Amino acid sequence: MASRERQGTDVRAGRDVLLRGLRVLGVGIREQPRIFSVAVAGSILFSLLVVATAYVVGAVVGDVAVPAIDAGRPEAGALALAAAALVGLSVLRVGGMFARRIGAGYMQFRLQAAYRRRVTRRYLSLPVAWHHRNATGTLLSNANSDVEATWFTIAPLPFAVGTVVMLFGAVGSVFVADVALGLVALAIFPALLVLNIFYSRRMAPRQALAQQLRAEVSAIGHESFDGALVVKTMGREAEETQRFRERAEDLRDALIRVGRLRGLFDPLLEALPHLGTLAVLLVGTARLRQGAIDVTELVSVAYLFTVLAFPVRAIGWVLGELPRSVAGWDRVQRVLSATGQMRYGQQSPAGGPGPASLRFAQVGFRYEGAGSPVLRDVSFEVPAGRTVALVGATGSGKSTIASLACRLVDPDPGTISLDGTDLRELTAASLAGTIALVPQVPFGFDDTVRENVSLDRVLDGHSIDDSAVWQALRLAQADGFVAALPDGLDTVVGERGTSLSGGQRQRLTLARALAGQPRLLILDDATSAVDPRVEAAILAGLRSGGTSILVVAYRRATIALADRVVYLEHGRVAAHGTHTDLLARVPGYANLVTAYERAEAERERERAWDETLPPDSEPDRPPAGVAG
Amino acid sequence: MTATLGVQERDETILQTMRRGLALSPELRAGLAGTLAFALVSMAGRVAVPVAIQQGIDRGLRAEGGPDVGMVGLIVVLTMATLTVTTACGYAMMVRLFTVTETALAAVRVRAFRHVHDLSMLHQQAERRGSLVSRVTSDVDVITQFLQFGGVILLVSFGQLTVALVVMAVYSWQLTLVVLGAFVPAALLIRIFQRRLARAYGAVRKRLGEMLAVIGESIVGAEVIRAYGVAARTSVRLDTSIDAHRLAQQRAIRTSVFSFSTGELAAGVALAGVVLLGVRLGADGTLTVGQFTAFLFLVTLFIQPVQIFTEVLNEAQNAVAGYRRVLDVLDLEPDVADPALDAANGHGQSLPSGPLDVTFAGVGFRYPGSATEALADIDLEIPAKTRVAVVGETGSGKTTFAKLLTRLMDPTRGQVRLGDVPLPEVRFDSLRSRVVMVPQDGFLFDASVADNVRFARPTLTDADLSLAFAELGLSDWVESLPDGMDAKVGERGEALSVGERQLVALARAYVADPDLLVLDEATSAVDPATEVRLQRALDAVTRGRTTVAIAHRLSTAEAADEVIVVDQSRVVQRGRHADLVADPDSVYGKLHASWLEQTR
Repeated sequence: MASRERQGTDVRAGRDVLLRGLRVLGVGIREQPRIFSVAVAGSILFSLLVVATAYVVGAVVGDVAVPAIDAGRPEAGALALAAAALVGLSVLRVGGMFARRIGAGYMQFRLQAAYRRRVTRRYLSLPVAWHHRNATGTLLSNANSDVEATWFTIAPLPFAVGTVVMLFGAVGSVFVADVALGLVALAIFPALLVLNIFYSRRMAPRQALAQQLRAEVSAIGHESFDGALVVKTMGREAEETQRFRERAEDLRDALIRVGRLRGLFDPLLEALPHLGTLAVLLVGTARLRQGAIDVTELVSVAYLFTVLAFPVRAIGWVLGELPRSVAGWDRVQRVLSATGQMRYGQQSPAGGPGPASLRFAQVGFRYEGAGSPVLRDVSFEVPAGRTVALVGATGSGKSTIASLACRLVDPDPGTISLDGTDLRELTAASLAGTIALVPQVPFGFDDTVRENVSLDRVLDGHSIDDSAVWQALRLAQADGFVAALPDGLDTVVGERGTSLSGGQRQRLTLARALAGQPRLLILDDATSAVDPRVEAAILAGLRSGGTSILVVAYRRATIALADRVVYLEHGRVAAHGTHTDLLARVPGYANLVTAYERAEAERERERAWDETLPPDSEPDRPPAGVAG
Repeated sequence: MTATLGVQERDETILQTMRRGLALSPELRAGLAGTLAFALVSMAGRVAVPVAIQQGIDRGLRAEGGPDVGMVGLIVVLTMATLTVTTACGYAMMVRLFTVTETALAAVRVRAFRHVHDLSMLHQQAERRGSLVSRVTSDVDVITQFLQFGGVILLVSFGQLTVALVVMAVYSWQLTLVVLGAFVPAALLIRIFQRRLARAYGAVRKRLGEMLAVIGESIVGAEVIRAYGVAARTSVRLDTSIDAHRLAQQRAIRTSVFSFSTGELAAGVALAGVVLLGVRLGADGTLTVGQFTAFLFLVTLFIQPVQIFTEVLNEAQNAVAGYRRVLDVLDLEPDVADPALDAANGHGQSLPSGPLDVTFAGVGFRYPGSATEALADIDLEIPAKTRVAVVGETGSGKTTFAKLLTRLMDPTRGQVRLGDVPLPEVRFDSLRSRVVMVPQDGFLFDASVADNVRFARPTLTDADLSLAFAELGLSDWVESLPDGMDAKVGERGEALSVGERQLVALARAYVADPDLLVLDEATSAVDPATEVRLQRALDAVTRGRTTVAIAHRLSTAEAADEVIVVDQSRVVQRGRHADLVADPDSVYGKLHASWLEQTR
């Protein structure tokens, strides 16, 4: 099927990404300056101690071991001092390490948590239309792995900063010890840095490709398993596996390419400091011969090269992960900077308590990217306390009207008003408190029945207690099956409410709407999975409830309960009036709602006709069309 | 559906997991000997420098008659030659390692994907959808990321530890004992910390899962959250789960620092011990200055791996846990299996050609974990070429009937036969091409309407599809779409209304050209006029095939050749609509009366 739009950013030139990555790090530092300072201070302390350790080791060899071995007699005092110095330095290093590691970790986790909050806040405030444009999997990874990727580089950052300080300290101290050795250091350390940067830049596009392919593999997995029942019933397992395999093998190849590069550079980065140590040994011996240095200095510098090899890699880790960080940042920013946030007004509806009135005035609506509008010039009214049925063929725009009526989307052009106030002037709280929508596809939270119904809402200063929950369940004819559940109200309904049957889920979501005692109830074909008798009972209960109701319906009983009917054809109001009126006056309407009767009448006629024919005259399979 | 159905979590050691993994991916062994040989040589490079230092000091620096630059030069050149070889071997080892592991894991990933599709519907539904997906995505990703980074480091570190120990022992067994003396207590301490650390990281993973569940729900339920104004409540839940995850991470890093610093302190103690004893040994003439110096370098080489092990522990645990989850899903036996894969039963058989009749013989079905049967004592025959409607109240068992008929599930008692072949003997390629079910929630793929309809038969042309839509009386509807047949349906078909999705799903089943078509409330969200039109079109084009329609709209029953009424898990009535409706006190009579009330 259609390959999901390639996620991620295009593969950019290395330097640009590194600069932008450093800027992302800058943002992190500005947001958590104190903990960053602690971590960097710890790291610098640690780094300087590492350099100091190298000189102590040198001194131990040159000033303690060599004289003792030459003399054949160790000097106890010097030995004790050397041992004490080594242990002491090690204790101090642990101190620096605590500050560095805990600081870096806390900084990373705090930033991750902060950005997860921001991203999820944004999800809650961005309009439903925006949600529709973005795949669930993408949004989930924006909040999870993209945030993680953004701040991944924060963890090794203090270490890298400390290492830079260490490098300067090391090169400087080597120059102090000896100019010739200093030149060796000056050749090796920058070479290490250059090799690291070169490596990172070569790696960046490969990593980006792998990351992108990971997202594609994941998208195919999500979709294919979501549609597992269709795949199974149509026996398309092999084809789906092939579709998955192609991407999985692309990913495998990309990862092997990443591995090859790593295989090339890792041993090189490993070998370079070794070369440095060997050079020090050679040059140092020559300088020793000249009398320019002593054994202490030679061993110190050689040791320094060995212990620095590892920390220098930290710089490479930061640089190497920067492209990933930038890609994550870009995706997170796409969410954080998304516009179209619904602005709510300051007013509360004029009427109330008691039923509310709803009015559509010349409303039009077009889905983004769609050519033609789904609604054109729609005007109608739901007077307070009345029930209005919305009737129309499949795809005529009924669900869109339901979404508009509770302001999940805004009309363009036209206005929708509640008790005379434009919906856009109302506060979010008053909208939610006044209007309740029961959607066509019921959604259950992975929570208890009680929570699913009450949603912790507060009505007139009271929370929705168990008796209110039961009352709503009773009204929705859901009390029976809930009482039969193993834990009653405490039963957890499972992910998306999947442990319940379709009809049960519908009644549960209906109870959720009723528990809020809405002044206007919008039912979007919300009883389709409920048996006719159950539906009749629910409707009888609702009718006596004293709320205004806008109901999308096909069943004649439902329509007959309505005071008025709005009949839609191709996104326009083709007619409105009472059911009987429309039935008599509007052929399209009559056609729609009497379809079953007419079908039965026709069958009766056919049957009567068939009975006049001799048996076995029924034709066999029809001439082959596509399906033949 | 209880937990017993789902993937079982195993409690096993890392070694057991690896053994299970090797058994499943024998290709992991490919070229292993060569890779290990390269690894061994490349490890030697790690100790080349300390050895060079020892040689350089003893033979060059402290040569008789002053420092011997020529000798040191020779040693340096020899060492560089060694490093060249070991570096090349390091490259060869890593490339071989990456190629073998990535290839094996990609194969495992694809196998797990296929396996999930081969699991029965009940198995699939027993798992959270996200959990199955993660087994072929993030779980495998975690393993490959670990192998690319931590895994290699771990391997190299282990080698480094070993060669450093060997060289140290060669120089001086006494000093080696000193170093081990400092490290053994540290290692024991680290072991204790590691156990706590493992628990801490386990908690992090658990909190992460919970956080993802909460975030996922806030995304999927965006519409309801908005409509009910419960954003504040959702924010609180999000914040709670995000913070719980952060606190778990912080706890883990605190534990890891303790573990890490133990190694650091041990290094300091070991160095001090080496100095204290080494200088004495030197004074006794048992240790040269070069050997002593080399020892100080070797202690550093020895300590690094211990530190690194702490570093990659979390990654390693994540990777093993991920590997375990992937292997677990592969170990799950599909309980509704394709007989084609079963050699013992002669690879099953194909359905006889021509229209199919259906037999249920003493069939009963009980959902796992449920005490009562969802369907009981079903004995019936549906002759070929008839159109049958199955009706009954919600929860009566009619959908279970459809699932048994299409072998999405196997009955717990009795037998279902198609064309007189018991269903478990029918090869899936035959079954799925001849028997097609349209479920109520007709899932659509994120593609065009046309691509979705030709899902089962990708070779159909646009003209074929147009003809199919015309035959179903849906041409008008298709033309009303913004791009006609090429209109994109969006993720899960959400750009279309629920009723429109059902139309596409029906067309998809129709072009699959089955001999037995099973409709499970396939038009429940479609308007009456369209439904009647579809019904009539289907009647015409499916004449000569067997059709079983599960319906709660009795319009379907009125048009059927025969109606099967299910009530409280049993078939209570059968017959033509006209005959059944004659008894107003029967189950069907009441259902029909209610239906009339609703529609007239």
